[in-house]
Amino acid sequence: MSNNNASSSSVAVAQRAVKQLRLEAKIRRINVSQAATDLKNFCLQNAHKDPLLVGVPSSDNPFRPPKSCGLL
Amino acid sequence: MGEMEQMKKEAEALKTQIEAARKAVHDTDMASAAAGVAPAPQVQLKTRKTLKGHLAKIYAMHWSTDNRLMVSASQDGKLLIWDSHSGNKVNAVPLKSSWVMTCAYAPSGNLVASGGLDNMCTVYNLKTPVIKTVKELDAHTGYLSCARFLSDTEILTSSGDTTCALWDLETGKQKTVFLNHVGDCMCLSLSPDMNSFVSGACDSLAKLWDVRDGQCKQTFQGHTSDINAISFIPSGNAIITGSDDCTCKMYDIRADQEVICYQDAALNSGVTSLALSTSGRLIFAGYDDFNCNIWDSLKGEKVGVLSGHDNRVSCTGVPEDGMCVCTGSWDSFLKIWN
Repeated sequence: MSNNNASSSSVAVAQRAVKQLRLEAKIRRINVSQAATDLKNFCLQNAHKDPLLVGVPSSDNPFRPPKSCGLL
Repeated sequence: MGEMEQMKKEAEALKTQIEAARKAVHDTDMASAAAGVAPAPQVQLKTRKTLKGHLAKIYAMHWSTDNRLMVSASQDGKLLIWDSHSGNKVNAVPLKSSWVMTCAYAPSGNLVASGGLDNMCTVYNLKTPVIKTVKELDAHTGYLSCARFLSDTEILTSSGDTTCALWDLETGKQKTVFLNHVGDCMCLSLSPDMNSFVSGACDSLAKLWDVRDGQCKQTFQGHTSDINAISFIPSGNAIITGSDDCTCKMYDIRADQEVICYQDAALNSGVTSLALSTSGRLIFAGYDDFNCNIWDSLKGEKVGVLSGHDNRVSCTGVPEDGMCVCTGSWDSFLKIWN
């Protein structure tokens, strides 16, 4: 009896696994070259707006108090 | 018996089919495609603020969408809300359970959430005169590893019970349960359009899910150990994962495969956390070796390091405006760098 329960639940697990694999097998895939081009373009187009890439000037840096001119 | 054999055979055939389909579109890899791109500049960021206040290891942090406030969680049993500009603590939320593993800030700024070994996700309202617990989300049978708000009425969680769940914050019940991982779920990341999310687990797989119908749409393999950190890149077309196998990887969603691996022979510590700069060009990855390494996402090269913590970097985060990166550590401090 317990053997039947164990085997019927492993059958259920295997059925779910197969169902999932069928779904994943069906998807449409694009070429890596196309994907890479799109990723590259996104990075390059947004580079100038990326503060960590271009740097944050001290005057605009909210985490750093503005330098005051010691001479004055 | 016959049925099991048949299904095993079909499963193997499908796996072979998927691998063949991936190979068929693998006409290049990211590093080769980016060969002509100018290298990212060597990135030298300075610590602008060290946030002191926690009394024990910090396990998680999350920025508010206002780019100024952030929440951190420590096993000292507190959530602290910080004003990152002044470095001051704005709020302290005492936790019922000090074994916290995650925290989250709602996009509205009204709510924060925490969770951990208590298997629950607790949601707090920051805007009532005294901070109130508004819900205790109790249905997971394993630890809460990560939580992310979609809005003030919905939150996504990942758990050591191998499931992820979407909760209705008005009823406190799970609307959708995401079942497919066979190892503890360690992390999750919402897509920019909020229609899908990815999860990383101890089964070394990352999975893409539809938020609404609960379906696992794609599975990404390649890591050889637990995936501790995961993030969509800002365009929504790819994800970055960080693992105990000491590497980070980028998987492209539409090509359905790994397109680059971020690794270094000298690095033999696991990746605990990661965050991306706004263009997606820089990956900030926290490691067990106390450092946060900065990777050029397109070329796969290390372009900098954030050194300053005296213990494992457990969490990293970049606010929406991309103006800095925050690292949190087991040394009990948070640092803001730019």
